[in-house]
Amino acid sequence: MSIDWNHFTPWTSLAGGLLIGLAVALFLLLQGRILGISGITGGLLRFRRGDIGWRLAFIAGLLAASPAWVLFAPAVAPRIDADWPTLVIAGLLVGLGTRYGSGCTSGHGVCGLSRMSPRSLTATAIFMAAGFLTVFAVRHALA
Amino acid sequence: MPPITGFFIGLLFGTGLILSGMTDPGKVIGFLDLRGAWDPSLGLVMAGAIAVSAIAFRIARRRNRTLAGGRLELPSNKTIDGRLAGGSLAFGIGWGLAGFCPGPALVSLTAGHAKAALFVLAMLAGMAAFELMERARRTPGGAVGAQEQ
Repeated sequence: MSIDWNHFTPWTSLAGGLLIGLAVALFLLLQGRILGISGITGGLLRFRRGDIGWRLAFIAGLLAASPAWVLFAPAVAPRIDADWPTLVIAGLLVGLGTRYGSGCTSGHGVCGLSRMSPRSLTATAIFMAAGFLTVFAVRHALA
Repeated sequence: MPPITGFFIGLLFGTGLILSGMTDPGKVIGFLDLRGAWDPSLGLVMAGAIAVSAIAFRIARRRNRTLAGGRLELPSNKTIDGRLAGGSLAFGIGWGLAGFCPGPALVSLTAGHAKAALFVLAMLAGMAAFELMERARRTPGGAVGAQEQ
């Protein structure tokens, strides 16, 4: 293993992480809830009355981030290497998996580890390990 | 919480994701690829986020209320079962295949990338399928919502 110094961005990644943490903190202290993207999004599909507005408001803010960003800084060009069929399979797995597993990188990874939940620690260990193994399989073992 | 507050927290979260580099699947996969040239950035994103939010969870636990005096709705489920493990496994595989998890995928939706839109559509379909299967599984009258994080 070697460090990819060309792509490693310690300061902006740390700063971005701090902003994410701040959003989690505000959401917890103001709304009293875990900021988990899969839970907030998935809960919309339950169509429960009185439980829609706050979810939509948050997601609208999330969707406003990219348009707001380009007002102040150059857009970041994403490298999406996966082909279309792979993206469909990956999307289905992420959608189903985060709902069955009750959380994703934000709900289990950030919030769960912050409050030292054994359940979230387990989930995070599993999805990280699965991520490492999948990338290993796709990039090295099967390539 | 007024909707405008929720909106700005979403905006803050999304901006953090863009600044951190996590809306670039190539960067996420660079972290997940231990065999190649490794990009440790994602680790610093997690460290920064957890450092701040851990303080907030301590405050919340001590107050046991929101700042406005509202109720805390934190997950109470402590069971580590096949649903948690299997779901997380599926999520991790999908994450490794595409380099997208839910937050960055939604943020990329409005950056004008067709591939991100396709991923989000498939992800929403997966979430909708979960709701349908849960609805079928639940016995009438005894409906209990799944714990969400």
